[in-house]
Amino acid sequence: MNSVAFLLIAIITLAGALAAATLPRLIHAALSLVVAFVGVAASFFLLGAEFVGLVQVFVYVGAVAVLIVFTILLTRREVTGERGVNWGGAIVALAVFGGLLWTIFKTKSLALAAPQIEPLTVKRIGEALMTNYVWPLQCIGLVLTAALIGALVLVMEEKREER
Amino acid sequence: MTPTLQLFLIISTALFSIGLLAALSRRHAIFILIGIELMLAAANLNFIAFWRFSPEPHQPTGVLVAIFSIAIAAAEAAVGLALVIAIYRHYHTTSVDKLDQLKG
Repeated sequence: MNSVAFLLIAIITLAGALAAATLPRLIHAALSLVVAFVGVAASFFLLGAEFVGLVQVFVYVGAVAVLIVFTILLTRREVTGERGVNWGGAIVALAVFGGLLWTIFKTKSLALAAPQIEPLTVKRIGEALMTNYVWPLQCIGLVLTAALIGALVLVMEEKREER
Repeated sequence: MTPTLQLFLIISTALFSIGLLAALSRRHAIFILIGIELMLAAANLNFIAFWRFSPEPHQPTGVLVAIFSIAIAAAEAAVGLALVIAIYRHYHTTSVDKLDQLKG
């Protein structure tokens, strides 16, 4: 694994995430979120999980980001600026960060290098999905269908009442 | 120096904390959803990193858990954004501070 690539990916990911969390304009935050997701996908590629990186790009950059932008456009009438910073949330987030960091540095067995592996091909993932993970796969299909129907019902019902 | 597991965990911890910051400190509902998505991405990064550095990376368990987690996150985003649109149609606001009624 290349350490220069790792540093670059880390900086891009964290900068995108920080911009998504702190920018005042919603549309800027949504586009910074795309940068953060591309960074996460790049780190998946670096870790040798190319298929998950591709799925991350397709699902998050392709679908979720577009969904967020559409929602922003549909709820655009509100332009209230957020007044001030909520320091309580920042303190809680910093405390969680510090606690997790302390735990990571306390655990000595984490400082290990990656073992050599043969590349994980899509064929092996497909075989695992079709043999050991068939039930989770079917359940995920059911959950996605239910979520899509639920989202449609949620958005349509209000329209019927307005008529 | 090649990146160790520790470095990946630090990155995902930072990502998770930034997502928590967005979810806790913003008042706009879409910002809260963005924070939740960031936290889910951090969890996926943890799954993949632990899979890569595990003593048995020949089993694709971590990769499959990450794929299922991405699917669940997509469903969550769809339902969450539909809720935001429904709330906006009803109350004409998406600020979570103003949504304090139990009765429609």
